[in-house]
Amino acid sequence: MNNDLLFDFTVDKSKKTVYITREFDAELSLVWDAFTKAELIDQWIAPAPMTAKTKYQDFKVGGKRFYAMISPDGKESWAIQEYTSITPKTNFKMYNAFADENENAQLPGSEWDHTFSEENGTTKVFITIYNESLERMERILDGFTIGMRMSLENLENLLTTLSKK
Amino acid sequence: MRRDIFQAIADPTRRAIIALIAIQAMTPNAIADNFHSTRQSVSKHLRILTECELVKQEQQGREIYYSLEIKKLKEVDKWLDQFRKLWETRFNQLDKVLSTMKKQKK
Repeated sequence: MNNDLLFDFTVDKSKKTVYITREFDAELSLVWDAFTKAELIDQWIAPAPMTAKTKYQDFKVGGKRFYAMISPDGKESWAIQEYTSITPKTNFKMYNAFADENENAQLPGSEWDHTFSEENGTTKVFITIYNESLERMERILDGFTIGMRMSLENLENLLTTLSKK
Repeated sequence: MRRDIFQAIADPTRRAIIALIAIQAMTPNAIADNFHSTRQSVSKHLRILTECELVKQEQQGREIYYSLEIKKLKEVDKWLDQFRKLWETRFNQLDKVLSTMKKQKK
């Protein structure tokens, strides 16, 4: 893995906005696909040990992606995204909201803006996330932390079992 | 109502108050002297900060002194670190996906 790739993460609490910049060692069209095609998004968007599954996706303005983050114990947290603007291989915006398994969104959600650019084979992605409620961000993190803890517990159990043999 | 700590620090006046009392404990009057706003509005901000447990009050004689709850403020930093870590994990996974895609393309 190339460690020279830029990663910048800042939060402006007064603007309730998170700014993320990351470079990738790949050409723009691949990075664009990885961010916009459900079968690829599902492979990386859920921080391990969580997994993601997309029920359906319609990548066009006004189209939606309905998906779940799944914790190691199988608990599904559903969310729905609506694409609000798409400029192919340059920018796309969406509105993300938590939902129940029947696609009923829980508002307010968050506004996402992704900008892509390529230089010398390296692709830079600039993401801004505006959250109406920062408490909501806290909720995302809770799920993640619980998932992490559970996988560590699983590992501990496994190690205990193995050492008994 | 549960106060959101991020709501508390979202306001510029409240951030200025935090910066002021980070240096030393102050009375509401001394704090208000640093702002153009009324004593009443400063009191309101102090109440919100207190409800969020970001500041604590201490009675000294007849005066109440407000000081910063450093531990609570560090919680915010810790929380942001975790959030940053979540994205790091995510992007490291994406690096792997991209590297697989590159190989498949060849």
